[in-house]
Amino acid sequence: MKNLIPVLITGLTLIFSGAQAQNFVDYGKVTGSFQFDGQYYMEDDKLGITDSTLDGKLFRFNGFGNIIYTNGNFRAGFRYEAYLPPIAGYNQKYEGHGIPYYFAEYQFKNIQITVGNFYEQFGNGLVLRSYEEWTLGYDNSIRGARVKIQPYKGIALKGLIGTQRYYWEPYANGNRGIVKGIDAEFYLNDMFNGMADAKTKIILGGSFVSNYEKVKDKTLVRDTVIYKYILPSNVAAYAGRLQLIYGGFQFNGEYAYKINNPSAMNNYIYKNGESMLATLSYSRKGLGISLSGKRIDNMSYKSRSSELGEALDINYLPPLTNPQTYSLATIYPYATQPNGEIGIQAKVNYMIPKRSKLGGKYGTRIELNYSNIFNIDKQPVAAGIPVDSTGTLGYKSDFFTIGQPKYFESFDVLLNKKFNSKFKMILSYVYQAYNIDVIEGHTGEPIVYTNIAIADLTYRFTPTKSLRFEYQQLFTQQDRGDWVMALLEFNIAPKWFFTVFDEYNYGNPDKDMQLHYYSAAMAFVQGTSRIALSYGRQREGLLCVGGVCRAVPAANGVTLTISSSF
Amino acid sequence: MKKLSLIMLVLLIGFSVYSQDDEKRGRRLPSIDLRNADGEPFNTADISNDGKPIILSFWALWCKPCIKELNTISDEYIDWQEETGVKLIAVSVDDARSTSKVKPFADGNDWDYEILLDVNGDFKRAMNVNMIPHTFILDGDGNVVWQHTSYSEGGELQIIENVRKIIAGQEIDAH
Repeated sequence: MKNLIPVLITGLTLIFSGAQAQNFVDYGKVTGSFQFDGQYYMEDDKLGITDSTLDGKLFRFNGFGNIIYTNGNFRAGFRYEAYLPPIAGYNQKYEGHGIPYYFAEYQFKNIQITVGNFYEQFGNGLVLRSYEEWTLGYDNSIRGARVKIQPYKGIALKGLIGTQRYYWEPYANGNRGIVKGIDAEFYLNDMFNGMADAKTKIILGGSFVSNYEKVKDKTLVRDTVIYKYILPSNVAAYAGRLQLIYGGFQFNGEYAYKINNPSAMNNYIYKNGESMLATLSYSRKGLGISLSGKRIDNMSYKSRSSELGEALDINYLPPLTNPQTYSLATIYPYATQPNGEIGIQAKVNYMIPKRSKLGGKYGTRIELNYSNIFNIDKQPVAAGIPVDSTGTLGYKSDFFTIGQPKYFESFDVLLNKKFNSKFKMILSYVYQAYNIDVIEGHTGEPIVYTNIAIADLTYRFTPTKSLRFEYQQLFTQQDRGDWVMALLEFNIAPKWFFTVFDEYNYGNPDKDMQLHYYSAAMAFVQGTSRIALSYGRQREGLLCVGGVCRAVPAANGVTLTISSSF
Repeated sequence: MKKLSLIMLVLLIGFSVYSQDDEKRGRRLPSIDLRNADGEPFNTADISNDGKPIILSFWALWCKPCIKELNTISDEYIDWQEETGVKLIAVSVDDARSTSKVKPFADGNDWDYEILLDVNGDFKRAMNVNMIPHTFILDGDGNVVWQHTSYSEGGELQIIENVRKIIAGQEIDAH
């Protein structure tokens, strides 16, 4: 409740100042957005959902309202959230409502000051990133203060201090760490007149982050001996980055280092962490190529060392895999392994030119993607001490050696063709190798190999009425076996959407689980307001956006979503 | 706590009504630090098109309807530009996973748009974008005069229709 006071003050100030000082209204502007997601759950014997598993919570609701007031160089805002109770699959610690986010921000010439909550990213986020993802129920916003300064052209400095959001738990008595960080970026071509017109553009950056957490020393028992571990209270991490631009070429690289940070995530080992991310790309009109490499070594960095869940992350470790959008290709999504992974990704986009023999009148778009990710090499620190043993240095790792096992591999091809003003087609093939043992913790299960074929056809009857048909098939010998999916969508642009689809797990080795996951949905859109209603079965799976995934349980019911912004 | 929700609800509705009254006057873009396609620093206050309208489209590599919309417009874009002088700015909300793949993707799809990278969603939040695709139209003075969320085949017709109205000095419905 304490959190509410500053917000109410802000809100009331807005209203009353509006009445008193006409200027505040004349030049000020209020904008905002809200969204309500409600789900009504039904029993489903096949999915194992009974009255008792629903626990009487038949209706669940997530909602937020966001208000931003802007007046010249001043901005302030807040977000109200309610989870009454949270929709299935969201962390149940969200149950409740309140105002987890409020801020005031002022820009004075080259200085910007923010107090309250803020989201920030240093470089690629390897040492610091706070962000929110409503669909995943993820929010690690920092509450505190932030300053951004541009002291000279081409130089950008940032400094911040604060504590991170942990569901509804207020910060008190050191129940999580205090995060401090500084970041500096230098755009050399802007800084030096002599370089202003240079063909090569150079951006350099560096960050330093420290987390202070009052941690009690830990005692652990191994082989009947009691060990007392002294845990560091200050954990620092730093990173350096370089970006080079030369014509159509671009290089973007960042290296990050973290001092020893024994935590629940890494089984309390005392090894230092490091992480490297580099991308080289080339593009010109009609062609784009990018090659990325990544290595992560013991790089989980949270502001509470005992935290195991998807919360309190100080940094962000992006996965190097193609974000999949067709539903069967999302059954086996990769999630970054913060304790160690090494991988590459290559991606090509090419357009066979318009009015060419192969490309046809509108050209043909082609996309290729290849990703391959392994564990890093992990050797025992000394004979007789297993890798990752608590209280030790964990393991030794050679930077360039690829370890075992394989975590993930994928190869995708996508063809996108418009035949005429009425008919369009997308065809795609996806191959995946997915280490379900490591990624989902299904101990001992073999790697899942999938072959997925996708067809997405759109036919326009009139300029605004169209029918879309999707057909997908997934073949695998492992896990839940083969799937097929068909979808039919009728659209009247820009307002109406009607969809029916069915995912059928016909290849499930357990005959009782060869289920249809059918669904029907409609949506109405008016400007920025969208109302969507759907009914059906929801498949159990991982919902991933960015690098974060959320387990979605199987469900059956009605979902209503209302979203609007102004 | 129930009272609290009520207060918030009333505030929300109050603000939304108040804001709609105000809508016709339009609103300016907030000043947010982003990156351009090459990764160079760029501030949204510098968005301009020589007094002609601008289409601002929020998208991401993981958003299929967004890519469909931008591909569809891309096939018509030369005609749109010749007729109205409109410029489309495609704001990618991809995070570090894909930031450096956005430009190769846009080039590889033969897009002629200006690309901006909103790597941590700062611009998206400031513009109250809940879902993507979310498209704004700015008039020649840089005021937001129209916005729409979602895309299906034919949705692009409404966009260009509104751009034409702006050029002709006609009133457009803010939604």
